[in-house]
Amino acid sequence: MRRQQRQRLAFLLVSGVAWAVTIPIMLVIGLIATRGLEGMSWAFLTEMPREGMVEGGILPALVGTVWLTIGTAIVAMPLAIGAAVYLAEYARPGPLTSAIRLAIVNLAGIPSIVYGLFGLGLFVLYLQLGTSIVAGALTLGLMTLPVVISTAEEAIRAVPQEFRLTSLSLGASRWQTIRHQVLPHALPGILTGVILGLSRAAGETAPILFTAAAYYLPSLPSSPADPTMALPYHLYVIATQVPNMPLAPQFATALTLMLIVLSLTVAASVVRSSYRRRREW
Amino acid sequence: MDASRDTLSRTTRPTRSGNRMEPWIERAVRLAGLSAIFIVALIFIFLIRLSLPALTRIPLSAFGDLRWYPIEERFGLVSLVVGSLLVTAVAVGIAVPLGLVTAIYLGEIAPPWLGDILKPLIEILAGIPSIVLGFVGWVALAPLVQRLGAPTGLTAFTGGLILAYMALPTIISIAEDAIDAVPKSYRDGSLALGATRWQTIYRVVLPAARSGIVTAVMLGIGRAVGETMAVMMVTGNAAHVPRGTSMLFQPVRTMTATIAAEMGEVARGGTHYHVLFLIGALLFLITFAINSVAARLVGRRRTGEGGG
Amino acid sequence: MLALGLLNMSCGGGRSDTGEAVRMIQNTGSDTMLQLAQAWAETYGALHPELSIAVTGGGSGAGIAALINGTTEVANASRRIKDEEVAKLPSPPQEHQVAVDALAVIVHPDNPVSQLTLRQLSDVYQGKVTNWRQLGGLDAPIILLSRETNSGTHVYFLEEVLRLGDKESTDIFASQTLLMPSSVGITSEIRRNPNAIGYDGLGYVTAEEKVLALADSDDGRYVRPSVATARDGSYPLARGLFLYTSGQERAEVKDYIAWIMGDDGQAIVARLGFVASEK
Repeated sequence: MRRQQRQRLAFLLVSGVAWAVTIPIMLVIGLIATRGLEGMSWAFLTEMPREGMVEGGILPALVGTVWLTIGTAIVAMPLAIGAAVYLAEYARPGPLTSAIRLAIVNLAGIPSIVYGLFGLGLFVLYLQLGTSIVAGALTLGLMTLPVVISTAEEAIRAVPQEFRLTSLSLGASRWQTIRHQVLPHALPGILTGVILGLSRAAGETAPILFTAAAYYLPSLPSSPADPTMALPYHLYVIATQVPNMPLAPQFATALTLMLIVLSLTVAASVVRSSYRRRREW
Repeated sequence: MDASRDTLSRTTRPTRSGNRMEPWIERAVRLAGLSAIFIVALIFIFLIRLSLPALTRIPLSAFGDLRWYPIEERFGLVSLVVGSLLVTAVAVGIAVPLGLVTAIYLGEIAPPWLGDILKPLIEILAGIPSIVLGFVGWVALAPLVQRLGAPTGLTAFTGGLILAYMALPTIISIAEDAIDAVPKSYRDGSLALGATRWQTIYRVVLPAARSGIVTAVMLGIGRAVGETMAVMMVTGNAAHVPRGTSMLFQPVRTMTATIAAEMGEVARGGTHYHVLFLIGALLFLITFAINSVAARLVGRRRTGEGGG
Repeated sequence: MLALGLLNMSCGGGRSDTGEAVRMIQNTGSDTMLQLAQAWAETYGALHPELSIAVTGGGSGAGIAALINGTTEVANASRRIKDEEVAKLPSPPQEHQVAVDALAVIVHPDNPVSQLTLRQLSDVYQGKVTNWRQLGGLDAPIILLSRETNSGTHVYFLEEVLRLGDKESTDIFASQTLLMPSSVGITSEIRRNPNAIGYDGLGYVTAEEKVLALADSDDGRYVRPSVATARDGSYPLARGLFLYTSGQERAEVKDYIAWIMGDDGQAIVARLGFVASEK
């Protein structure tokens, strides 16, 4: 039958395209993993860079990324969870709620470099925080808000209505219900959102370009007011700015960054799936 | 606004302990809820405020200059806008068909075990930081593009290709959702009428998933327009309006890369500084428009499905 | 907002902070000088563990802008500070010429062209000459590489090569010029692209790029850049590298610069392939 032949041809084409999409992904991952492992060592992760960053390790960049990520969590978590609670528990359908939702969608869509500009304008210059971990974390924190809000809201909504009704009928107030019934049950889901947001923050370069990142620092940052090296910016620097830089440490830096981001993503999905398995409703 | 708060406090029953704090906590929660609006507004106000001096200091016609050469006070935005458009067009041109077909493959054709392998792979792609993809573009893809015959590997096409892979996970997942949302009865009906599976996909499933697919395209555009680091590393950054048949294989300078490359080094308060904020404001407006339209489409689809 | 303000006050900012902890010296500017600045910072930091010298690139314009904005104490520049920049500073800056650099014009090793006059180079970068054949090379398009416009090297090249020193000239780079974010960007692209031409500080050039001999007039002698030809002035593209300070810098900054100008600092200059500054 001609129709059957056409279907076979179409399916062949479609699967060909799907492979054309997935094979390059495997190649990229394979390339970074194999070439990255060559330059990877314990010393590479725990030493300061030396000799114009050609020698030594990436410790300050690694530490800087950890600092920035922790800072991002501190900035984003209270605001995002508050917003999620409001949207899931208090907001009623109406123009205000639609406006909030539209704002969240748009926050998610603002280019990261524009966050960088904003962070420079507001935090670095207007509030005079200078190029610092604080300014970078604030910028990254705002950028991660939408991811965390959406995931956390979904998690809160997923808590069955009976839990709330039971709690309320036993005389608990609305906030007590949220605090003691809803949030604990939604916690793994909220955590998933936070980790996802942080995985994005840890890998971003453009927002910290003018707010936090330093090309080279001979010592680890000693306070949140210091500028810091950070892995994504460090990769950019050693790939395009450092003379006589061998490829091995570049790939190793890329691999380190990719592993950090991916392990956060994996952690998020582990939390989510273990919680789906455990939940009793 | 106030009415809803009144109902809130009325439903809040006075109870045993610690509830003197409650109105404050609820107020804080409400403020957090409003923060998204506040932040978007603040970003917009800052961008506008810092770009206004550019608009007052230089005549609008100066932005139509074909040259972008800030150290000689030439602030033509044409080449930068064209650069961004070109890279985005390449990215969307590659990512949308590939993403759509991949979604069809995953949703309708591939055996489940294969889907279980491919889907995590695509999720991993979504998790790779853009700087890492830019790095791969710089060390591996650009030389490859050059070997294919381009005079240099740092071209609009190279940037677009990297961007396409960045946008793919988003496009695939939205397209998959849209295809999944097509009711099974449509498919069964079509198959029962004697159509092949392919005819069903092509004539029934795809048209029904149209609005989701449009959303995927919009968000793909939004993502591609705003991407910075990877693009900066592989497009050559020549502030040039490419012409002719080989235009995709010429270097371009995007709006985002211009900000990233130049903002670190301008004197604050100078015209150049404010023009860079103006470019930022333009990017904000472009992505705002795209995302607002996309959000409306998503909303319509949701309500169209009857509140799923 | 209030919380942010408080945070800000308690953090203080690195500039005027004289606490007992590690003290910061911010050092920003020329990418050409990054290697130098970093080597100085590393060596001096090892001698003075109480100091932390933060080195940032971005270009000479960036360094001087940071000096004007008060975000750096030492600006590195591969060009002299401009009068309009001096005017924006609260007090007259201190200039320290720390080294001399020869600007090398480089191509792929397979490129048969090995010498050019400055006028030819000017025509190439203005886009008047677009094929290597016109310069005695193969029939291939010329891919122009330049540093970003904020770079001191870019400005120097614009003034001395593109405009051949003519202050009245308004010629600028051809729009198709690829603007690379750094010196390394240029050398990497040169190494893999036989059609490309670029320029870089001599300290950045390796054996994998071919250095062109240049003549400053059409009947002049072609000279290759080297430490010797930069010093004796026979190579046409040699320029000073400078550190600028506000004139009101702290004592530890003064000490640092004195060390750079001294034998130890200048030994690093020589080791990295630059020409030590003569005093």
